[in-house]
Amino acid sequence: MDKTEEKLEEWCSAQGIQFKDDEAEDAYRKRTRRLADAIQLKVPDRVPIAPLVTFFAANYVGLSPEEAMYDHDKAYAAYKQTALDFQWDTAFSHMIAFSARWLEAFDYKQLKWPGHGVPSNRTYQFVEGEYMKADEYDAFLEDPSDFLIRTYLPRISGTLAPLQMLPPIRMVLPYYLGLMFMFGVAGAMGTASALESLVKAIAEFAKFSASTAAFGQEMAGLGFPSIFGGMTQAPFDTIGDSLRGTQGIMLDMYRQPDKLQQALDLILRDAIQMGVISASISPSPTVFIPLHKGPMGFMSIEQFKTFYWPTLHKLMLALIDEGLVPMPFIEADYTDRLEIISDIPRGKAIYWFERSDIFKAKEVLGDRVCIKGNVPSALLCTGSPEEVKAYCKKLIDVVGKGGGLIVDGDIGIADEAKPENVRAMTDFVKEYGVYR
Amino acid sequence: MADDLVTILADLKEKEALEIVQNRLAAGDDPLGILDDARRAMETVGKRFENSEYFIPDLVYSGEILKEITDLVKPKLTKAAEVKRLGKVIIGTVSGDIHDIGKNIVTFMLDVNGFEVYDLGVDVPPQQFVDKIRETDSNVVGLSGFLTLAFDSMKETIEAIKAAGLRDEVKVMIGGGQMNEDIKKYTGADAYGANAMAGVSLAKQWIGGG
Repeated sequence: MDKTEEKLEEWCSAQGIQFKDDEAEDAYRKRTRRLADAIQLKVPDRVPIAPLVTFFAANYVGLSPEEAMYDHDKAYAAYKQTALDFQWDTAFSHMIAFSARWLEAFDYKQLKWPGHGVPSNRTYQFVEGEYMKADEYDAFLEDPSDFLIRTYLPRISGTLAPLQMLPPIRMVLPYYLGLMFMFGVAGAMGTASALESLVKAIAEFAKFSASTAAFGQEMAGLGFPSIFGGMTQAPFDTIGDSLRGTQGIMLDMYRQPDKLQQALDLILRDAIQMGVISASISPSPTVFIPLHKGPMGFMSIEQFKTFYWPTLHKLMLALIDEGLVPMPFIEADYTDRLEIISDIPRGKAIYWFERSDIFKAKEVLGDRVCIKGNVPSALLCTGSPEEVKAYCKKLIDVVGKGGGLIVDGDIGIADEAKPENVRAMTDFVKEYGVYR
Repeated sequence: MADDLVTILADLKEKEALEIVQNRLAAGDDPLGILDDARRAMETVGKRFENSEYFIPDLVYSGEILKEITDLVKPKLTKAAEVKRLGKVIIGTVSGDIHDIGKNIVTFMLDVNGFEVYDLGVDVPPQQFVDKIRETDSNVVGLSGFLTLAFDSMKETIEAIKAAGLRDEVKVMIGGGQMNEDIKKYTGADAYGANAMAGVSLAKQWIGGG
């Protein structure tokens, strides 16, 4: 048994779960087995359906995105009711709704959320910016932690802005009372308010994570595993999304490719750790990796091979070495770069496709990885149940052939998906997706 | 000489391009001629993008170099550059959606392809599109959206244009995120464009000049 198999068997063994009854326990085992088989490219009893639920769950029960982000109990109830009504193979928690109070505590700049930049009936949205300037690579590379604490955090959080007044963090060392000086200075500079906001944010996060942890336990006890374990990002996306912005990182590929490469290599180490640590606190051995800036159109094949793929590849291989199952969410269209990403050990990853030609993906990657996806949002939001079923039929016939398919929407179940379409997708997969 | 700048800018050779511009300005060359060469280079960039030789990073980079060239040339301009525009296009990210990367690229490509572009920004309410159509007499409206909520926002925007009695005056194209032919039908738009050049082609087809 290899490490992946060990981890998946551990997941299937359902150790430590307090089940409601024998039926729930049986259901949990069947569901994890179904997923483990699909991941390892064995033929499961039927095609699993394991969607990411977005704010669909809130809309489904009539909860506004604002309420879902501010009231964890209501969000909990919405995601639970959705999981119970649709009876997918997995339950998806209200983790996705975050905690608006946590964001408030930080006066967080990288998101706009209901009441803070978007109306109460809208979901939160990411705000990209140049949070690291083109000429700051050296500062970042020389002392990343110091750069993040004194430059990055003050830019992405209003309440942490005073941290920019701190002396370099390493100044705690060169004199024996360095710590006292450091925070003596900190107090004088008004950083006390920044530290107070941290305390508040920690308290808010504790409430939120207690709620999502309880959700995971309760739903497991009712027979529903989660397919979402840990999470991490491709290093290129971390730099592009969080530090340099799309325009910034695109220009860096021309103007300072060496610095960009150094930063990618540096972030790789942390990206691996992020995946390993976050997965270690979840029963599911998967690691979710949303991919943003490497699709067709966004960069040439050469740029993809030079800047995007090498560190993503190493990240996935490192996670696989730990027995974890990387689950890249391959956003937009990768149809012309499927061969490149097929360089991955067999039966050890889930590739979730959004707009790529998923049928072509089956041809190219079908003997390497389990494929997840990709009922189009356009269909789920505006189509008819019959159209949804027709798409699912093709998906199961072609991509599901011989196993290796997990059904989901192209971006999960979109916020505005029509419940009758989601119902049609679910029922159809359960009926038609049985392997005989 | 002139061909040099066109070729070198089209090949995205930043340093060389700026050097040529500086030399030509120092030699007393006509600033408008330099801008015209830059425009021709950008046409080549657009064509290469259309032929999948260039990708979005190349567009972004060419835009940056163009900005630097314009900054160098501007102080030397004695009269405003007269640019013949093909037609007017209104563009914006629809209500509720604040994503702008795709929209900005389409705006840029329309601009370098000779259109007068009115970019209304992000989270644009339907009425603002209507007002802008009245104000500018534009014949083309581009609706951008990344999130699925944009399906309905686009539909509402097109309905508002219709309610204002302007639907026959304009062609509407949509693009971004989850958009496709199904959503074109759903929203009542005239066309869906899969990328920035598709947007340019549609505008040319509708306005002429292409």
